[in-house]
Amino acid sequence: MHDRPKGENPVPQKSAPAPSIAVHDLTKSYGATKSYDAVKAVDGISFTIAPGETAALLGANGAGKTTTIAMLTGLLIPDSGTITVLGEDMARHRYRVLGRINLSSPYIDLPRRLTVEENLTVFARLYGVENISRRIEELAEELNMGNLLRRPSGTLSAGQRSRMALAKALINRPEVLFLDEPTASLDPDTADRIRTYLAAYQARENATIFLASHNMVEVERMCTTVMIMKDGRIERSGSPRQLIEQTGRSTLEEVFLDIVRECAAQ
Amino acid sequence: MTGPPSTSRSNAHFSAGRIGAMVLRYTYILRGSWPRIVELAYWPLMQVVLWGFISKFLATNSSWVAQGAGVLIGAVLLWDVLFRAQLGFSISFLEEMWSRNLANLFVSPLRPYEFVAALTLMSLIRTLIGVVPAAFLAILFYSYSVFDLGLPLVAFFFLLLMMGWAMGLVITALIMRFGLGAESLAWIAIFALAPLSGVFYPVSILPDWLQAVSWTLPSTYVFEGMRAVIFDGTVRFDHLLRALALDIVYIAAGGAYFLHIFHVSRRKGLLMGIGE
Repeated sequence: MHDRPKGENPVPQKSAPAPSIAVHDLTKSYGATKSYDAVKAVDGISFTIAPGETAALLGANGAGKTTTIAMLTGLLIPDSGTITVLGEDMARHRYRVLGRINLSSPYIDLPRRLTVEENLTVFARLYGVENISRRIEELAEELNMGNLLRRPSGTLSAGQRSRMALAKALINRPEVLFLDEPTASLDPDTADRIRTYLAAYQARENATIFLASHNMVEVERMCTTVMIMKDGRIERSGSPRQLIEQTGRSTLEEVFLDIVRECAAQ
Repeated sequence: MTGPPSTSRSNAHFSAGRIGAMVLRYTYILRGSWPRIVELAYWPLMQVVLWGFISKFLATNSSWVAQGAGVLIGAVLLWDVLFRAQLGFSISFLEEMWSRNLANLFVSPLRPYEFVAALTLMSLIRTLIGVVPAAFLAILFYSYSVFDLGLPLVAFFFLLLMMGWAMGLVITALIMRFGLGAESLAWIAIFALAPLSGVFYPVSILPDWLQAVSWTLPSTYVFEGMRAVIFDGTVRFDHLLRALALDIVYIAAGGAYFLHIFHVSRRKGLLMGIGE
């Protein structure tokens, strides 16, 4: 990952592979109303993520993480700036990309009246997945949810629903996987299995994983790059080790708390 | 990546596969919930039972109804086509709002117009499930067959379906923009058009200024056309063509409005429940 200053064009070096994600000077404000002033959710961020990299956005609630992910996946139109995913400009050609990426987020849900298998079947068809039954069986086995397939989604526990959402996000074998709090509702054992699975998936498919998380242990373990957001801006970025060394702290959590509390103090 | 690509058709501008996926999604809901299927047929059946008895009573007390056997039951059935078409479109959309699934759909390759096509197909399916049993009930209980209207019935049916879709487009756009607070529009909005459409009476009884408004509705031409078939045995092709022209204009306008609001929703973060 390379964090760039404002105004610099997202041109990769000749020898470097084209980035999976390239963001340049991205901004997003939510409009003013009679009761509220405009809120600047994302304020001029720029970065690139290389293929096969796992990058994390960290930040306090309201720092701009979910807004950033929504813009990267085409669900939200930025006020300004450019987003390139898998070499395609998301403003003009997002439909060339949407079949090759996927998203799991706690802000969205899957229909509760459908069984897990029905949900996965619908999304497999939407993504044009071939041999749908086999793909669902694979995911059920890999995510240990074979016994859940026939159950209505509304009867699942929070952790089981998280696994179903992850299965939906993996149904098309995405080249770029966006995950918002991927293990938030999972018990430690299941969360560990999921992290192991995601690492194996990434290695096997050379996929790029872009996640927002509050779990510092998870981020330290999974991510090669961390960006810490505050007030819509990327305050610090680098590998977990670099961030720890730069700040003289002993854990990523301490680095995170320093930045967030500094923000609060200001 | 290892192995062959696992997906196909993702980049096609229009995919019957994706529309089929959405229809399958709504079919799963209906299949898994018998109360929903009963609910679809219940109201049209009750309407026919009620208006069937009213017709029987009026046939002996009103020369107008006596001359046109089944005019009221026919009107009830056709009105239900319009109501069910609009409701079927809007309810399928509401299923996505209720389940917070819109973002999942629109982070996939599904285009908004494919989504609209799926809602339209589901509207047709739900309308048929609702109205066909009621039509057969009218034959069984009151010896009145709406199918006696003949080929014009097919035209009336599709003209009302199209009007229901046009209304569905506008109502779902408003729900997308203003959230579930606007949900009741799906149930009540269409009733504002009932008095204007001349469902149970000729448009000529309306005040002149209201007649001018009434003739801007495709439904008005359909109900006047139905009465022309029943009372005079004539098919008013001029009415059918005007209704078709209006339907096309309203569907185009409704589609444009839906796509505009979809864009607004992407700008305001409404698809993901964040933002304004």
